[in-house]
Amino acid sequence: MPMMNRVIQKVLPVLTVIFAIIALWYGASVYMNAPFEHDRAERVGKIITFAEIIPKTMAQERPVLPAPHQVVQEIWNTTVEKKITSKRSLIYHGWITLSATLLGFIFGVLLGVSLAVGIVHSRVLDKSLMPWIITSQTIPILAIAPMIIVVLNSVGFSGLLPKAFISTYLSFFPVAVGMVKGLRSPDHMHVDLMKTYNADLRSVFWKLRLPASIPYLFTSMKIAIAASLVGAIVGELPTGAVAGLGARLLAGSYYGQTVQIWSALFVAAFMAALLLMVIGIVSNVVNRRMGVRSLHS
Amino acid sequence: MSATLIIVISVLFWLSAWYANIYLSDLKVKNDASRLLINLAIPLLFGAAVLVLWEGFTQGFEVPTVLLPPPSMIAERIGNSLPTLWADFQQTYLKAVLAGYVLGCGVGFTTAILVDRSPFLKSGIMPISNLVSALPIIGIAPIMVMWFGFDWQSKAAVVAIMTFFPMLVNTVSGLSATGHMERDLMQTYAANYLQSLLKLRLPAAMPFIFNALKINSTLALIGAIVAEFFGTPIVGMGFRISAEIGRLNVDMVWAVIVMAALAGSISYGLLSVLERSVTFWHASNRR
Repeated sequence: MPMMNRVIQKVLPVLTVIFAIIALWYGASVYMNAPFEHDRAERVGKIITFAEIIPKTMAQERPVLPAPHQVVQEIWNTTVEKKITSKRSLIYHGWITLSATLLGFIFGVLLGVSLAVGIVHSRVLDKSLMPWIITSQTIPILAIAPMIIVVLNSVGFSGLLPKAFISTYLSFFPVAVGMVKGLRSPDHMHVDLMKTYNADLRSVFWKLRLPASIPYLFTSMKIAIAASLVGAIVGELPTGAVAGLGARLLAGSYYGQTVQIWSALFVAAFMAALLLMVIGIVSNVVNRRMGVRSLHS
Repeated sequence: MSATLIIVISVLFWLSAWYANIYLSDLKVKNDASRLLINLAIPLLFGAAVLVLWEGFTQGFEVPTVLLPPPSMIAERIGNSLPTLWADFQQTYLKAVLAGYVLGCGVGFTTAILVDRSPFLKSGIMPISNLVSALPIIGIAPIMVMWFGFDWQSKAAVVAIMTFFPMLVNTVSGLSATGHMERDLMQTYAANYLQSLLKLRLPAAMPFIFNALKINSTLALIGAIVAEFFGTPIVGMGFRISAEIGRLNVDMVWAVIVMAALAGSISYGLLSVLERSVTFWHASNRR
């Protein structure tokens, strides 16, 4: 039973907090949607009681704050009930965002890793590039997104590639910084040992530096995938709400469809959580096979 | 000057800067001050070389300015439209970013102190906050614009929510950064909760708190700019970007981006200076 106890100890507080959030949310949606109902009752000259208001606040078409079950229902309607090919299906829009995210993420990781390899092996690259990479972290790079989309659009690239480009751009920084740290993580003893074996640069890289950097790679990949998703969503804004989760957000805000905004938001959140979980699982498996003792316990 | 000449000169400048950097980075200097100077000169030279190459290629190959304007054009545009840029900066940075940043970090910090007192709350809130800080929170921007209107208040709200979670997570982990020995020592002094918080645990948490402050300084600017894509009065950095890109005034967009980059780097730099003076005892700041 100790195993069971530990699970309860871990899950119970989380569940409590989630329930508290949902309860608060219901309370807030009643509070925030009530003025609209008061207005409506006043216009027809009726006095409405508090008990009558509550169910009405949760069934408005364009509530200020939709109740949780409205959002869940909208998500259900637009994922399970709609055909995937439909323009109103969130799976369709989610896939568009996801494909840009993944493509950009893969390019970003490749670029980041190769940059890190260059930086670790060349003093010039290290000294001239590293300060700029660190500075670039302090810059709101996302501001550049609309320009990339529109400019690439004007030379004939549209759709997936420009968005993936933004995702690449956002995700390669964390990977480069993390991998530089990781490739430098083997301590002097190990590097010296390789030297006494008369190992050349290549074998030091493949047999010592790369294996040592894997935990760092996964940690920075978690940051990178989150950034990549944000990049893809923001990349969908300037093209005028065509397709994708970002486009759903924008279209929702144009037409005041709050339920649509919230459901797009939640699907994006699910997607982020799912992607993080996949990376977490892969990293656990790989680290265990490689015999890494947990780096961040 | 002919186009080929411009390209050749810029490539030559690039190559000579590159070789100068190779020479500089192999230089062995004993003196601390001159080493600092060299470590500063290398990235600056590299940056200058990139700018020259950019200028040379865009002019030499006659790249359409819509695609990529040369740096000189951007600089000229910055010089010409300082009043507009200043108004945008005021709207986005001085109003939305600062208000949201102070609110988000402040509430995050206070929540962390409260949550820290209850282990049950801590183990309930922390996993959720950890997850939430990795989610695309920026998506709440359209909702905030609906709730708080087009002006800076809605942007400040987005910024506050985006900065809240990193602050909460970092402060809570910072508050548990002290070792048993130190806490036991405080107990032997008969220190009460407040005393051990103020004299031991908060100072020990400072590196974590500053880490959050630095992450948040970038996040805040991003949040405010992106939130402006969803609707603003006709001023603000995000508005400027989306409006000028619609007219294909790419040089103005670059001007705003340069300003955003400056604002981001300067706030980061100020935070670093402040951090150094507050956490002077930390291993990374000791000599």
